[in-house]
Parts: sequence; structure tokens; C-alpha cells
Amino acid sequence: MSALNVRHVNKTFGSTQVLKDISLAIDSGEFLILVGPSGCGKSTLMNTIAGLEPVTSGEIRIGDEDVTWHTPSERDIAMVFQSYALYPSMNVRQNISFGLEMRKMPKAQREEAVSRVAELLQITPLLDRKPSQLSGGQRQRVAMGRALAREPQIYLFDEPLSNLDAKLRVEMRTEIKKLHQRLGTTIVYVTHDQIEAMTLADRIAVMRDGEILQLGTPHEVYNDPVDMFVAGFMGSPSMNFLPVTLVSQASGYALQVHDEKQGGTALTLPWPVERDTQELSSRVGDRLILGLRPEHFLEDDAIQETSGEGTRLEVTATVVEPTGADTLLQAWLGGNEITARLGPKSRVVAGDRVALRADLSRAVLFDEKTQRRLA
Amino acid sequence: MANMVRRHTTSARLWRAGLYTLLIVAALVYLLPLVVMLLTSLKPLDDIRAGGLLSLPSTISFEAWSKAWGAACTGMRCNGMSGYFLNSIAIVVPAVAISSFVGALNGYVLTKWRFRGANLCFALLLFGCFVPFQVVLMPMARTLGWLGLASSTSGLVLVHVVYGIAFTTLFFRNYYVSIPDEMIAAAKLDGAGFWRIFWRILLPVSGPIITVTVIWQFTQIWNDFLFGVSFAGFDSQPVTVALNNMVNTSTGVKEYNVDMAAAMIAALPTLVVYVLAGKYFVRGLTAGSVKG
Repeated sequence: MSALNVRHVNKTFGSTQVLKDISLAIDSGEFLILVGPSGCGKSTLMNTIAGLEPVTSGEIRIGDEDVTWHTPSERDIAMVFQSYALYPSMNVRQNISFGLEMRKMPKAQREEAVSRVAELLQITPLLDRKPSQLSGGQRQRVAMGRALAREPQIYLFDEPLSNLDAKLRVEMRTEIKKLHQRLGTTIVYVTHDQIEAMTLADRIAVMRDGEILQLGTPHEVYNDPVDMFVAGFMGSPSMNFLPVTLVSQASGYALQVHDEKQGGTALTLPWPVERDTQELSSRVGDRLILGLRPEHFLEDDAIQETSGEGTRLEVTATVVEPTGADTLLQAWLGGNEITARLGPKSRVVAGDRVALRADLSRAVLFDEKTQRRLA
Repeated sequence: MANMVRRHTTSARLWRAGLYTLLIVAALVYLLPLVVMLLTSLKPLDDIRAGGLLSLPSTISFEAWSKAWGAACTGMRCNGMSGYFLNSIAIVVPAVAISSFVGALNGYVLTKWRFRGANLCFALLLFGCFVPFQVVLMPMARTLGWLGLASSTSGLVLVHVVYGIAFTTLFFRNYYVSIPDEMIAAAKLDGAGFWRIFWRILLPVSGPIITVTVIWQFTQIWNDFLFGVSFAGFDSQPVTVALNNMVNTSTGVKEYNVDMAAAMIAALPTLVVYVLAGKYFVRGLTAGSVKG
């Protein structure tokens, strides 16, 4: 049974349609992440689920119940906000127990719930402080504690980590994941950070312009994107897009990579035979877009150690960014700038000619006009 | 400023000395009327007739103060200011309380429970801040007549509440606009309703703006003369009207010392309120303008 069911939800503000026929279902215990650029409607979708904004049409069900027209407090949900939204006049204990008090839970039980949650989040020593006396990370924990104390059917997280500094954000991310694994809670989580989406989610819904473009596991969304937007949005650094022409050769299909600067063909990459599809035969001679992730390029020496597979190509390094764990290389391939993720041992410096191999077995092809995935 | 590097040259010192002299003189000039009032109120009448305005009293006497409070004549009656002082309190306290409360409620609704036309509503309320007292005198007199509140304390309270709501709403609305909507959303999700959010979440953080509003309203209503003289009955005249009647009495000897004492009695409450809460007044006026 699905814990949350959103059916054909539309939402318009004046003449702008912010949500366009959104449907999705979440199983109990599932961690769903809504991700997309700002203005894509993800926060609006969350607010309609919370009951903070009415839908224009459609239906929202929590468990077996149609809650489309229920007030926020009548829905069994709790929400964690980006700004934490703690009550400044109350101390941590009162902040956490306020929701329980409103639901007329007896005092003894409330205190029990507060201490349980405080222990879980390790905020017991902070219980008598005011929010203004807490650091950002501590406020974040209290905001989560407020949600957890109620033990609702569904948790909503609205960009909860956006206000934290980079290091704390990674720590809290892990902590949220641990909490989810431990408590088996059902979570809908909004973020614009694709790394958060990849690391936390059971399933990801990638949104743009009020539509869900793709709904799938992080693996599916990353490796089998439905279109160029999803492919480009997920992954950092983002996927390289190369303009190519599909040609038919004796050994199978091949892709002629255009030289965007000088015109003509920079190089030809053979398309793996096992990736042939029916549709490709009708597209011979068409301009397509080849999508290659940075890690689909390997430095030539690196690849020789494992196997001789992949197509060899030479590029000129423009910028080399060692991150420690790996080295990001920006280089010109023909007239196209590409980013490649090289191993940490790479000794490439800017200006070098570098021999790379492109692993086309994981490459993706898009239609240039519709931006839809072809193969 | 303390960590600013400044060279102490002679010309800089002179410049500074000149500046302070000017400021001190300006301050003295500003204080002079109060000094004159205070001195005069403490002098016997003979001193006033004999000496200059600024001469010190030959004997300090509080007789004028006690007469002003309890025995001076205002028009026909000679009971001093005390009764009118109490009248003023009876008007000010409910008027300040009601107008501040309604203002807070208006501000809450206009920012956190927005409805279609909320902005227009607020704009019209703002307009109320610019309506001069004189314009509303006639219509207000008719209204009070219809309501059966003419010449009564409740009538005056109503007038001040109606006139004050424009200002109190402006104050609270601008303060609440800076309180994040997410806090209200969180309270809604926690199960709190309209009133509960107002009492438990919003009012506890409204301290600075409540102070501003109360000081503002207290000063306005206490110092009001026009509404008082127009709408008050014989028994409900505020202290400002009584002061006017006392000072303008044309019978008998002109007792300047009593007049001065009465004027100071009439002005004292607003001074006290400002001294006690002025710090918060300035703080509250700037609250919300800087993100804290």
C-alpha cells in the first residue's frame, strides 16, 4: 500500500501553471527526493502535500484517506523547513513538545517523547536553551526533533540542509540517512542539490517547469536519463554533450564528432554494437547529441592497466583541478570543451596533450531538437 | 569609532571645542522653557511679580503644585487637576489597550492570513494615518450621537481607538512582515489554529513593537486636546482640556506658579513613559530593518 499518493495534481497561480498533472506514489518507509532547479515547482508540490497551499485540481491521499481538502493539522505529517522555523520564544523542550501539546497528549507522555527524541538526536543538553542560543547545526537537529516527536505517517523535508556550511551539510546528510534506515520513516525531501538527491534517495523525481521528467532510483536517473535536462542536471561535474552525426559503417554505427570551431569532423567514435537499437537505423545522417559523463573518459595509461577497450583520443588540457580524490581535467576535444575525471595519480598540467579513452558503452545519445533520449 | 585613527592637531581640537560649545548652547536653549516652568512653579507669587523669569525663588514652595493638583479652579469647579488626571487615565488605558490589540490582530491577518485584497485593505488603513483630526470632528460627533456615546468616557475611548488603529496596524503589520511565514506554517502543521498561533507564537516575539505602539498611542491620546474638548462630557474631560480651562480662567488673580505646576502635571505621564521605555522605543522602531 502506498503511504502517499498524489494523483493528477495541478496548481496554477494566476495564469502561470506551476504544477502540471503531477502523479506519484510513495511506499511506506520510502525516501523520495524531489529535485530540480529553483522555480521548478518542487517546493509548491511539497506545500500542497503539506496542505499549506490548496491544489487547483487533483487528489492527494495519505494512506487510505483522501486528504486533498484537509487542513495541515488534519494530515498526519510533519515538516522540516529550510529556515528551521523554530519558535523563538520557546526553549528547545517547548519547541519539540508544542505539536504534542496541540494534539492534547498528556504531559507525562510529552516529556517521554521529548527525551526519546532528544536522545536520538543527541540534543539532551540543549533542551533548556532558546533557539537563538543554538548553532545552525543544532537548530537543524531541533527542527528534526520537532518532526520526529510527533511520529507522523509522512515526513516532509524542505531543503533542510541548504543553510548549513559545507562540512556540516555532509555530516547531517549522513545522519538523516542513518535516521531513515533506523526508523524506517516515509520521507519526501525537496532539494536542488543533486548530490543530496543521489546519496539519500530511494527514488528521485527530477522536476522542471512543474513537471516530473523522470522518477526512478538514483542509479536509473544517473545512468539512464530520459533526456538531456535530467542527464545534465544529475552528476557533478555535469555530463559532456558533444554534437555528432550518426553514420553507418561496415563494422556498425559510428559517431562523427563535429568540430564546433573549425567545422568538419574532429574524430569518429564507433558506437558499441551491443547498444544498437531499432530507432538508430532511421536516424543515420542526423545530427544527434552524444552524452558522456566525465568519468567515462579515462587517461590512456590508466586504461591499459585494465583493458584496451574504449576509443583513443587526444585532447589539449586547458584547466586541471586536482580535488585530492581525483583530478578534473578540462580540455578541448575538436572545438568542444569537455570535462574528464582522471585518477588522483594523474600528473597532467594545463597545456599538455593528453591521450584519453572514451568508454562509449555507457554513453547516451539524444535527439538534438527534442532533447529526448535515443539510445 | 574607538578604533579610528585620528591625529590630534591643534586645529582639530579647536574645531571640536567649538562644536561642543555650540551643542551645549543648543541644549541649554532647548531646556530653557522647562527650567523656567520648574522655577516658576516653585516660586511664591510675589517672587514672580518682582523678579525676572530666570531668577531663583526666594523660598522653595510646593504650594503651587498642591493647589494645581487639588484646589485650582477650572471654570466653575475648584477641585484642581486630580479628577481630570484620573479621567485621562480612564480614557488612555482602555484606548491604548484596545487599539494596540486590534492593531496587532490586523497586522497578523494582513501578513500571515493573507486574503484577496489584503494589500488594498492595508493601503486604505494607511490612508487613515494621514486624515487630519479636524476632518473627522463632525462625522464623529454624529456617529457618537447615534451610538449614544456622546459626552462619555467610552465615546472618547472609541474615537481614539478608531483613530489609532491606522497607526497601530501599520506598526504591527510592518513588524510581522519580517517574521518568516515558515514559522506560521510550522505552527499550523503542529496543529495550532488562528488564535493559538497569535497568542503562543506571535505575541511572545512582539515585545519591541508592542512597546513602540504603547508609547506612541499613550503619547498621542494623553496629549490629545481636540477630541477631548469636542467630545468629552462635563465629567469626562481629560487633563489637557482642564489645563486649558484653568490657564484661561479670566476671573481672579493670574497664578503663574499654579499654571506651570498644572502644565507639568499634565505632561508628566508621557515623560515618565518615555524615560522608562524610550530605549525600547528606538530599538523597536528599527526592529526588522536589519536581519538579526
